[in-house]
Amino acid sequence: MLEINNLHASVDGKQILKGIDLKVSSGEVHAIMGPNGSGKSTLSTVIAGHEDFEIDKGEILFEDEDLIDFNTEERAHKGIFLSFQYPVEIPGVTVTNFIKTSINQMRKANGLDEMPANVMLKKIREKSDLLKIDSKFLSRSLNEGFSGGEKKRNEIFQMAMLEPKLAILDETDSGLDIDALKIVANGVNMLRNDDTAVVLITHYQRLLDYIVPDFVHVLSDGKIVKSGNKNLAIELEAKGYDWVK
Amino acid sequence: MDFKEKLISSFMVFEQDIDLSNPVHEIRSRSLKKFEEKGFPNKKQEAWKYTSLAKILKSDYGIFQKKEVTIELKDVQKYFLYEIDTYKIVFIDGIYSPFLSDTTHDGLDVCLLSAALTNPKYKSLINKYFNKISDKTDSLTLLNTSFSMEGAYIYLPKSVTAEKPIEIMHFSTGKQGDFFLQPRNLIIVEENAEVQILERHQSLSNHRPFTNSVTEIYAKDSSRIDYYKIQNDREEAYLIDNTYISQNTKSNVHVHTFSFGGEITRNNLNFYQNGENCNSTLNGLTIINATQHVDHYTLVSHAQPNCESHQEYKGIFSGKSVGVFNGKILVDKIAQKTNAFQQNNNIVIDDRATINTKPQLEIFADDVKCSHGCTIGQLDEEALFYLRTRGIPINEARGLLTYAFANNVLDSVKIPKLKSRINQIISSKLEIKIRHEL
Repeated sequence: MLEINNLHASVDGKQILKGIDLKVSSGEVHAIMGPNGSGKSTLSTVIAGHEDFEIDKGEILFEDEDLIDFNTEERAHKGIFLSFQYPVEIPGVTVTNFIKTSINQMRKANGLDEMPANVMLKKIREKSDLLKIDSKFLSRSLNEGFSGGEKKRNEIFQMAMLEPKLAILDETDSGLDIDALKIVANGVNMLRNDDTAVVLITHYQRLLDYIVPDFVHVLSDGKIVKSGNKNLAIELEAKGYDWVK
Repeated sequence: MDFKEKLISSFMVFEQDIDLSNPVHEIRSRSLKKFEEKGFPNKKQEAWKYTSLAKILKSDYGIFQKKEVTIELKDVQKYFLYEIDTYKIVFIDGIYSPFLSDTTHDGLDVCLLSAALTNPKYKSLINKYFNKISDKTDSLTLLNTSFSMEGAYIYLPKSVTAEKPIEIMHFSTGKQGDFFLQPRNLIIVEENAEVQILERHQSLSNHRPFTNSVTEIYAKDSSRIDYYKIQNDREEAYLIDNTYISQNTKSNVHVHTFSFGGEITRNNLNFYQNGENCNSTLNGLTIINATQHVDHYTLVSHAQPNCESHQEYKGIFSGKSVGVFNGKILVDKIAQKTNAFQQNNNIVIDDRATINTKPQLEIFADDVKCSHGCTIGQLDEEALFYLRTRGIPINEARGLLTYAFANNVLDSVKIPKLKSRINQIISSKLEIKIRHEL
């Protein structure tokens, strides 16, 4: 599904990704771990198409198409979803209307009619129940005044609504208490099936107790320095990142 | 002959049609004399630093209407909020239109200032309130006072709540070319009374109306006033709005100014708090483009303790448009426990657009809370990225963010239909194509 070959990316002339190779197939969950500043978040924003980052070398193939030819919204239309580490606050747009706009713009781009209001409402109710989101929360302005945990839960809610093919979750576990972590993990696990893939970007092993990855990669100084199965994460937790450098 | 001279010499013509023995005439003559000394304001004056009248004063405006002009209801219906559910005071080229109006004397007075100025029944109220809070040093106000004759007169007796909003509507037809209009409104809301008022100036053809309006509003103890100024005129229009509001104890006055239209608009909005526990709220939303110019010049004078004022002005500027915000807050020495807030946030969409913003706080009391802030910026790039990762294309994302920025000014609009009207104007002004029900 996703194939990254020798990806080099920089921002303001500063090289951050220095040759990433990563292959994610449908049905898989990959965890990308690494110390602060190793390029984890850059990797996720580059996949999502942030224009501040320059791709100097290499390619990102999504379902065999090079993503470089597509802008951010087009990548979203293809089924790529990024859960933000720091979701942006947007006063004046409610969660509900935001998700409605998002879904209908996605549908429009894919040649579908708008989702009927009753179907939308049912889906919103179903997904918010799943994530134990209060209906009052849905009529609040997007992320405005949300706690860290609420923001993350809202990201997963959007993911559940949009049902992407590839979900990249950037530090979704940070700022969550253990109960919220379980709810979020449950939401992610519900998305898992043979046609979807998940990339978890995380600093800690904790999340991986609840979303068990098929592969674990360690990113250090812009490169994947080690890959393995879930045991690698446990080993990392015990030995620290210095071990892989 | 320049416009000032033309006005001064026209005064004698004006005097031929009015009762010179009326005490109001003494006020008019005195005001004209002062206007003659002062002349029109210019950019050398601090208060007019960012707004030049030179362009306005270049045209030759008609001052007196030569003949009565009628217009069909169907041609102007869209400018009214409701067909029947409002009181209406409608003027066409400055002349009252009984046909389009819906006035009342039943429980409250919604009628003409000309009637109130001449009918002995209103004499004591006119003596008490007419031209009492307007600024006697402001030359445009003086000019308006000199020729003051027509406008809305609204009187709410004690504990009366107006059951429907009042619409004050000024149409300019252009049938006599560029035209100078000087409406004068007097609004008195007695103790514990309540009213909602909408004011709109609308030109109906391709000409330049120059409107110099003065409104005096008296909010007595515990009264509640909501005033909505809808400035969405054609692109040639010039408007100078001078509004003076006197508030007594526990009164609550909220003025919304929506500035979307017109070529040059200047709003002088003055609040004078003369009792304790007053609440003054000033909300403004400006969305302009091309060469439009909107200047908000506000004053809140806190003269008594335990009062509040809240100012929130937002602006979205594209093209070569120019926005000005000057917000003056005065806190008198005895006005302890004042809470005065002021915020001016702007989005500049185009590099050629300009915004000048200036808070002016003069605080003489020591136990007060006053805050002010202003921001000038572009749309948040990270927010745009966020929306785009959710599949919302860049243009729609820009529209959505701009709209969201503007939209919360509508939260405090209490007339649902007005809210949806303004909503529509905002969408069309911002050329937003996607559907929102924010």
